[in-house]
Amino acid sequence: MAYSDKVLDHYSNPRNVGALDKNSADVGTGLVGAPECGDVMKLQIKVNKNTNVIEDAKFKTFGCGSAIASSSLATEWVKGKTVDEALSIKNTEIVKELSLPPVKIHCSVLAEDAIRAAIHDWKKKQGTAEQKVAAGAEASR
Amino acid sequence: MTSDVKRKELETRQGPNGVRLPIYMDNHATTPVDTRVVDEMLPYLTDRFGNAASRNHQFGWVAEEAVEIARERIAKLIGATAKEIIFTSGATESDNLAIKGVAEMYREKGKHIITAATEHKAVLDTCKRLEKYGYRVTYLPVQKDGLINLDDLKRALDEQTILVTIMAANNEIGVLQPIAEIGKICRERGVIFHSDATQAVGKVPVDVNQQSIDILSISAHKMYGPKGVGALYVRRKNPRVQLAPILDGGGHERGMRSGTLNIPGIVGLGKACAIASEEMLKESCRLAGLRNRLKDKIMGRLDEVYLNGSMEHRLPGNLNISFAYVEGESLLMGINDVAVSSGSACTSATLEPSYVLKALGTGDDLAHSSIRFGIGRFNTEAEIDYVADRVCETVERLRELSPLYEMAKEGVDLKSVKWAAE
Repeated sequence: MAYSDKVLDHYSNPRNVGALDKNSADVGTGLVGAPECGDVMKLQIKVNKNTNVIEDAKFKTFGCGSAIASSSLATEWVKGKTVDEALSIKNTEIVKELSLPPVKIHCSVLAEDAIRAAIHDWKKKQGTAEQKVAAGAEASR
Repeated sequence: MTSDVKRKELETRQGPNGVRLPIYMDNHATTPVDTRVVDEMLPYLTDRFGNAASRNHQFGWVAEEAVEIARERIAKLIGATAKEIIFTSGATESDNLAIKGVAEMYREKGKHIITAATEHKAVLDTCKRLEKYGYRVTYLPVQKDGLINLDDLKRALDEQTILVTIMAANNEIGVLQPIAEIGKICRERGVIFHSDATQAVGKVPVDVNQQSIDILSISAHKMYGPKGVGALYVRRKNPRVQLAPILDGGGHERGMRSGTLNIPGIVGLGKACAIASEEMLKESCRLAGLRNRLKDKIMGRLDEVYLNGSMEHRLPGNLNISFAYVEGESLLMGINDVAVSSGSACTSATLEPSYVLKALGTGDDLAHSSIRFGIGRFNTEAEIDYVADRVCETVERLRELSPLYEMAKEGVDLKSVKWAAE
């Protein structure tokens, strides 16, 4: 199986490798997959709470070249999008962009899951933040 | 190469220290054909094209003579007589013939077969098929070092057992089973002992009498011979073993294997065996030295690197290592100028991780992180050094990319994490 040029490019020059502070209120962290399956992706987003725009994204992946490329591409695509726009990213688009063969489609699915998990985590944090504001408002009444 | 078909180019280039890239270090998958073997075969693809079964003219006699010379050479390498060697299309066919041949011939005596969990699919799938026909098969487990427990074998043998089939050397982890002891136990219990010696013949000493082996499978392309040809040793004395054929038509090879003989291939196999008879001892020393050098360089530079299978009972050219926190296929991609293979699910067509590593008790995560190195006749010390460097730098780079490495460094116990995919 020969890899597509784009997969090789992402593998050799992965975009946005690294970590954001998972304790920060602006950061959403998605951790998907399992070591037993041979695929684990951690995708993090930093969101501007006023505009809901994803300002930064970082990833780390344990997995094959296609998994690394899928998650690297995911961080490229979410940057500059609002959280809702990012939620509409489909794995089929990743498959098309990277020319993934059928046996590697599950890598793109995991990347889509990672985006959703990161956004879900961020939203949960905003939920908590909102509750805190409400509680504060309650207390001050 | 004249052709109306477009073929991929074989791209080679020069690397540092006189190393030619890409480096082939996957000698358990197949081996380059030794030029001495090619030279020996060529006349049988050109002038000496006769069919060995043509008994009435010199085209046939010349071919027949070549076959008999090859038979002698193979027999010599394994301590057998020429009459006990029959030719097949390879070890898969040899394994099929051995197991199905015994099963059918001795079915009145019993229907129980014993094998091991780490056998090649040619043996395991054949046993599975026999189970469908009503045979009972015991798959002996292996210990952490990859060896079977002889007490397990003794306990598994019963009055219905007609065959024990255990490989001499494993293709993934290179582990050598205690063949002589297994042979002795089988001989005492009057049970036929077959060994798939595909990875062992020509690499470590094999003697069918010293090791009490009754049937033995051989493959040419694992020992610097051509693909598409192999042999099966079938004992004629003490005890005499009979096999029901799996191919009908013509009765060639003493009725055991019909079909026109692949003379060029057989000549090649014979020559490969002759070379091995001469060079095996010296070569195995050299390969063990190279293998140990590779192991020491890698394990000296990287931490959390685990050897799979016994180091003591192992093929001299085999190394199988798991690199924690790094997945096998991504590692192979990073060392794309080195040809090796991996036990990772991502590299298999069925997305299943290596069942051999699983049988050792290796966790799936480490199975996904394994690389198999098969060092062979044409590998050099400069190549070993190059490969060691490339592997280490790639592992280091991929660990920087790995969330598992990050978590481990933070002190997280990965075994206690609840993963989303579980």
